[in-house]
Amino acid sequence: MINWPNFVSQLFNGLALGALLALISSGLTIIYGTLGVLNLAHGAMFMIGGYAGYVTYSYTGSFILAVIAGSLFVMALGVAMERIIIRHFYHRPHEDQLLVTFGLGICFVEIVRLIFTSQSQVVPPPALLQGITSLGFLFYPTYRLAVVGIVAVALGGLFLILYRTRLGMIVRAGIEDSVMVDSLGINVYRVFMIVFGIGAMAAGFAGIINAPVVSLTPGVGDDILVETFVVVVIGGVGSFPGAILGGLIAGEIISITSMFNPGYAYVMLFAAMTLVLVLRPHGLLGTQGRE
Amino acid sequence: MLKQRPYLIEFLTAAGLILAPFVLPWLGFAPNTVNRILVWGLFGLGFDILFGFTGLLSFGQSAFYGTGGFVAAYLLTRAGFPNVVLALVIGMIAAAAAGYLIGLIALRRTGIYFAMITVAIAEVFFFVEFNPLSDFTGGENGLPGVPTPSFNLGFTTLHFTTGWSLYQFLALCYFIGVVIALRIVRSPVGAVFSAIRDNPLRATAVGHNIHGYKLTAFVIAAAYAGFAGGLLGVLQAFMPPDAFTFDTSGQLVMQTAIGGRGTLFGPLVGAAVWLSLQDFLQAALGLGAAWKLVLGIVFVLLVCFLRRGIIGGLADLYGLLTGRRSAREPDESAPEVVAVASTPHAAAAAAAPTPVRPRPEGSPSGPILQAKGLTKRYGGLLANSDIDFTVNHGELRGIIGPNGAGKSTFFKMLTCEVHPTSGTIVFEGRDITGMNVTDVCQLGLTKSYQVNQLFTGLTVRENLVIAALSGLRGKFKLDLFRSIDSIPGLPERVQHTLELVNLTSRPDTPVSELAYGEKRRLEIGLALATSPSLLLLDEPLAGMSPRERVETVKLLKSISQGRTMIIIDHDMDALFELAERVTVLQEGRVLVEGTPEEIKNNSTVQEAYLGGVHGVLAA
Repeated sequence: MINWPNFVSQLFNGLALGALLALISSGLTIIYGTLGVLNLAHGAMFMIGGYAGYVTYSYTGSFILAVIAGSLFVMALGVAMERIIIRHFYHRPHEDQLLVTFGLGICFVEIVRLIFTSQSQVVPPPALLQGITSLGFLFYPTYRLAVVGIVAVALGGLFLILYRTRLGMIVRAGIEDSVMVDSLGINVYRVFMIVFGIGAMAAGFAGIINAPVVSLTPGVGDDILVETFVVVVIGGVGSFPGAILGGLIAGEIISITSMFNPGYAYVMLFAAMTLVLVLRPHGLLGTQGRE
Repeated sequence: MLKQRPYLIEFLTAAGLILAPFVLPWLGFAPNTVNRILVWGLFGLGFDILFGFTGLLSFGQSAFYGTGGFVAAYLLTRAGFPNVVLALVIGMIAAAAAGYLIGLIALRRTGIYFAMITVAIAEVFFFVEFNPLSDFTGGENGLPGVPTPSFNLGFTTLHFTTGWSLYQFLALCYFIGVVIALRIVRSPVGAVFSAIRDNPLRATAVGHNIHGYKLTAFVIAAAYAGFAGGLLGVLQAFMPPDAFTFDTSGQLVMQTAIGGRGTLFGPLVGAAVWLSLQDFLQAALGLGAAWKLVLGIVFVLLVCFLRRGIIGGLADLYGLLTGRRSAREPDESAPEVVAVASTPHAAAAAAAPTPVRPRPEGSPSGPILQAKGLTKRYGGLLANSDIDFTVNHGELRGIIGPNGAGKSTFFKMLTCEVHPTSGTIVFEGRDITGMNVTDVCQLGLTKSYQVNQLFTGLTVRENLVIAALSGLRGKFKLDLFRSIDSIPGLPERVQHTLELVNLTSRPDTPVSELAYGEKRRLEIGLALATSPSLLLLDEPLAGMSPRERVETVKLLKSISQGRTMIIIDHDMDALFELAERVTVLQEGRVLVEGTPEEIKNNSTVQEAYLGGVHGVLAA
C-alpha cells in the first residue's frame, strides 16, 4: 500500500530536483540553441559552481555571498572558455565540439579533484532555511522547499532576460536562424559569448543551490549531465519552456520511482525518453529546426 | 587510403603483433599493459567503424562492452560453461543484439541528439547492471574467477594463462578483428558508411537506405565492444563492474581521438599512449591522481590542433616530408587544361558509348512522368498550385521561370524530397506520391542539386562508386565481406560516368581540390551514376563562367542521348538550345508550355520576365 505522506514528500523531492534540472537544462539548451554547441562540460560547470560557493562560504560564512560569488565565477569561467576555445569550434563539425567540451569537462573535474581531493564537502543551508517545516500532514526540510522557490525565481529571471530584453530577442532569433541574425548587422559572436556566460551561470547557480542538499564531490556534475540530456531530449533541444517541462517530468520520474526502487529510476527515465523519441522525435516542445 | 596493396596492412599487422613481445619489453612495456592495450584496440576497432568511418559519435559503448563482458563472464563462472571462446562469442552476440535494440532508438536522431541518447543509454545499462541484475553480475563486486582459454589439440593442450602467454591469444583475436574490420571498410557497405559520414542527405538521395547502414555500423561496433568486454574478463580473471561506467565510454572516445579516427589503428595507438602515459605519470613522475588531468589537457590540445590524431598527423607529416603532395599539384592542374581544350572530342567520345540504359528504338514511348494537380503549401504560402505536368520517354524538357516561381519546390516534389499537399505523381506507370527519396531513386528517378551535394572528404571516383553502388546493389544489402572491386559492372559504370562528365583525368583527386566547374560536373555525375531513367537537373549551369557554360551545355547534350531529362535553368539561351519543349512556371503555376520557338515568341512569357516592354530582348 502506498504510504501517502511519503508519496507526497517524494512529490516535493521530485519538484525540487525537477526545478534544479530545469534550470541546468535551460542553460544547456540556450547555449545549444544559440551557438549550436552542445557543452559536455556543462555538468562540470554545475560542479564548479558548488565548489566556488563552498570556498566563498568557508571564508565569509555567508550563503548569499556564496551564491553570488559562485554564479559570477562560473559565468566568468564560461566566458573565458568561449573566448579561448569554443569560438574556434563554431565552424568545425559537431563531433569536434563534443570532443573538446568533453575533454574540458574532464580537465575541470580533475583540477577540482587536485585542489579539494575526492572527499565530499558540505555547505550547510543558510540559518534561516534550516530545520523542518510542517505542511500540516507532513514535515518537510525547509531548505528543499526553499529550493523550489529560489529556482523558480531564477527561472523567472531567465525568462525575463530571454523574452523581455533586446538580448533575449536576439538570442531567440539566433535559435531560429543565426545566419540571418548575423546578416542583420548584429554581432552574433558577442551575443554568443554572453549566452555562453549566462548558460554556464545557470548551471553554476544550480550547483550552489544544490550544495546543501547533496554533499559536494568532484563527480557531482556527471550524473546531473546525463539527467540534463534526458531533460533536453524530452523537452526538445533549444526550447526554454521544453527544458522546464522536461525538467519537472524527469524530476518526478526519478523521485517517484526511487520510492519503489531506486535502481529503476534511470530505467524509467530512459523509458520516458524513448517514449518521447518514438512519439515526438523532436521533443515535447521542440520544433523541427536545428538538428 | 586503405587499399593500396592487397593484404599489405594485414601482413604488417601480423608482423607487428609477432614482433611485439620481442621489442616492447625493451621499451619498458609490461606484458599486462600490452594486453590491456590490445583489448582497448579491439574495442576501438568497432568504435572507429562507427565514429571514424560512419561519423556517429557514441558515448555509450560501455553499455555493449559491459554486456558482452558480463554475459561471457557469467557463462564461465556461474553457469559452468567450459569453453572460453564460445562464451566470448555468445557475449559478443548478446552485445550485438543489445546494440540492435538500442540502435533502433538512438538512431532515430542524428548529431548531438544521438550523442546525448547514447550517454543516457550507457548510464541506464550501468544502473541495471548494478541493481536489478546484481544477482547475475555480482553488483559492485563484479564476477571473480573468469578462466583463461585453453585448446585441446588432441596431441597437446595449449594453455594461455597470463602475461605473454595470454598475449598470444589476445593478439590472435586482435588480428582477426583487424582482418574483419578491413574487409568491412573495403566492402560496398564500408563505402556507404563513409558516404553517410560525409553527406547523409546525398547518400539518401542516391538511393541508399542510410538508416539501415547506420544500424549496421552500430551493431558492428556493439559486437566488437562485446567481444572486447569478454576479453577484459579473461585478461583480469575477473569481470570488473566498472566496465559499464561512463568513464569507459569516455576513455574509448578519447583514445580514439588521440590515436586518430578513421584509421582503424587509432584506438590501439591511443590506448598505448594513454596507458603508458598513465604509468609514466603515476610511477615515474609521482603525479598520483593528476595523471588524468595531464591526459585531459593532452586530449584537448590534440582536438584543437591535430584533428586527425597521432596517426593522421604522422600521415600528414609523411606527405610533407616526401613532398608527395606538392609534387602532385602540377600533375593535376595540367590535365585540367588539356581536358578543357579537348572537350569537343571528349563530348563526341562520350556520346559514342551506349547509354547506361539504352532506349530500344520505338519503345517505350508515351509518358514517363505524369504529375496531376500538384500543390504545395507552406503555411499560408502557396509554393506550387495545381500543376499538371507530363514528360514523355526520351524527351528533354526545360523548365524556366522567374525567381520564386516554385521551380525547386516542384523538383523536390517530383523526387519525393518533400511531399505535395495534394496531387499525384506517376512515374513509369507507378504512383510514387508519398514515397521517399531513396525508393524513388531506386526506381530510376533522381536529381542533381542546385547547390552541390558531394561527398567532400572522398575522391571523385569514390563519389561515383557510392552513387553507382545503389543502382547495382539496391538500397540495402549486407555484403560486408565482399570486396568493392568484385562487383560486376561497377568499374565500367564508374568509368562510363567519368567519361560522360569529362572527369577521366582526375578520378583520384579529392573533391575538396576540384575547381568549381568540375564540382558541378561531378554533381551531375553523381545523379548519372545511379543510372536514372529520368534525370532532373536543378540549375546545372548556375554560377558557371561563360566558357564553362558552353562546355556544360555540350556535356548535357551528350548525356541526353537515350535519356529522359528535365532541366531547370535561368540561362534561357542554353535551355532553348537544349530542350525540345519548355515549361514556364510563374507564381507556382504553369504559365505556358511549348517548343522553344513558341516560348520565345509568347507574349505572356515576355511579360512575366520583362514586364512586356522590351519583349524583343527576351530572345
